[in-house]
Amino acid sequence: MSWSGQIQKNLMQTLLAALARLISGSSVRWIDCQPDTCQRVYFANHTSHLDALVLWASLPAKVRAVTRPVAAKDYWEKGFVRRYLALQVFDALLIDRKAIKVHQSPVDLMLKAIGDTQSLIVFPEGHRNTAEEMDEFKSGLYYLAKKRPDLELVPAHIDNMNRILPRGEFLPVPLLSCITFGQPMWLEANEPKVDFLRRAREAVRRLKDQ
Amino acid sequence: MSLIKDPITWALVGGVLALLGLATGAGQLLKKQRDARFDPAVIEQFNLRVRAWWLMCSVLAAAFLLGETATVILFFLLSFWALREFITLTPTRAADHRTLFWVFVLFTPLQYFLVAMNEYGMYSVVIPVYAFLFIPARVALAGDYKRYLERCAKIQAGLMICVYCLSYAPALLNLELKPDDSSQAAQESQATEVAEEAPEDPVSKVASLVNEHTADRNARLLFFLVLVVTMGDAFQYTAEKLVGRHIIAPAISPNRTWEGFAAGAACTTLFGAALSWATPFNPLQAAGMSLLITTMGFLGGLTMSAIKRDRGVQDYGTLVQGHGGVLDRIDSLCFAAPVFFHVTRFFWTG
Repeated sequence: MSWSGQIQKNLMQTLLAALARLISGSSVRWIDCQPDTCQRVYFANHTSHLDALVLWASLPAKVRAVTRPVAAKDYWEKGFVRRYLALQVFDALLIDRKAIKVHQSPVDLMLKAIGDTQSLIVFPEGHRNTAEEMDEFKSGLYYLAKKRPDLELVPAHIDNMNRILPRGEFLPVPLLSCITFGQPMWLEANEPKVDFLRRAREAVRRLKDQ
Repeated sequence: MSLIKDPITWALVGGVLALLGLATGAGQLLKKQRDARFDPAVIEQFNLRVRAWWLMCSVLAAAFLLGETATVILFFLLSFWALREFITLTPTRAADHRTLFWVFVLFTPLQYFLVAMNEYGMYSVVIPVYAFLFIPARVALAGDYKRYLERCAKIQAGLMICVYCLSYAPALLNLELKPDDSSQAAQESQATEVAEEAPEDPVSKVASLVNEHTADRNARLLFFLVLVVTMGDAFQYTAEKLVGRHIIAPAISPNRTWEGFAAGAACTTLFGAALSWATPFNPLQAAGMSLLITTMGFLGGLTMSAIKRDRGVQDYGTLVQGHGGVLDRIDSLCFAAPVFFHVTRFFWTG
């Protein structure tokens, strides 16, 4: 990217992050975890289309610059503004939820996209959840951890975003939200898939009450 | 146009700065001494509060310097943030989303716009009547009847306390106060000066000078309200620690005692009486006003504590360190502002 293009992108990133934090009024907490630019996979509960953007915006600028949220293609490719923000500003990795193929699995796409410098934000529930309790995690997180055991897996809990922009609504109501990052975890040796996913889900759920 | 021009206002601002300087000095001294008689946690709490008072005073002073519009905007932002905290902690349902959207995007700015335009007949009814009717109707249109009355009441209460009541504080800037003796004298002397200097158009010049003078008196009125509310909180907090015995409502607030309230209110009344030189009131009237303000402030604090207990939280937010949320700081002001406004409007405007 050209020099002026990079400056423009940085400026837009800062503006967008400030706007997202303004609308979501998010207070950010780091519990047993510090912001770091090392390669990580942040995984969080999912209740609103704004989750990816708000979680990305709550990271410090240096970390933000190397972190790419994985988001739904059908939502973020609709309309010029969303497409511009997702692709040109916060560098989302858009996944088509309807056309998941075996030879081109989303996990492979994600790993190829981040190379050995970038981090990811994923929502292992796979869809926005409207109930009080989180859904079971899909297995993508397990395969990410298995193929790249060096990645730090950081649980994150997003509180109140479902009231700021609930399912099916277009305009946000500027309430206050809270984002909590927790202690990094890894896939244990020989840990079965089901156990790992349950442990990961529990790590996110625990942050709610801390 | 700046609201701080004449020497009385400067004296008031200077006095507050001196007071804050004194509090900061005392706090730092207590921290250094490490005296066994004082609990270090209480001192730390005190120092955090003083720091937040500095922040709030600087913001208020900056708004005053920038003028009336800036002050109204400042209070709008306070209301907006307080309402965010209030609605965040009082659960509503997904069906209330669009009602809440209009509450935030239409009614809150509209109220402050009408205050800035000095439309008393409109800003005094738009929320208690029109928003009051709009909210239940819009919630009903959304078609979810679960806990219907409770949800409507929550939104209405939030809008009334955080927006409507607080908007009476900046509304003080537009009251047309009866001219007092000193201001009359000032106007006359200025009028003669102006008449001597510029004989071509004395009327409009006198009018603009009189306007400036009134703006300063109104700014001091708002300053008086904020100062007495804040000092009232501080006096009551201190008095409760020193002489508190009989708790008023143990289940709601274990700190508030009858003795603490009485002693705090007495101190605030004296403090307000001593400030009468900066207000349109004589010392006795200023004392009565201060008693009224601090009593309303006390009731406001207690009411908000009841709401917080019901929701099971300690504080409303985390904006200013040591001060809970915005709503925790302005709860007393929300209750005191409309009553102070109406009493002043009834007895001191022409």
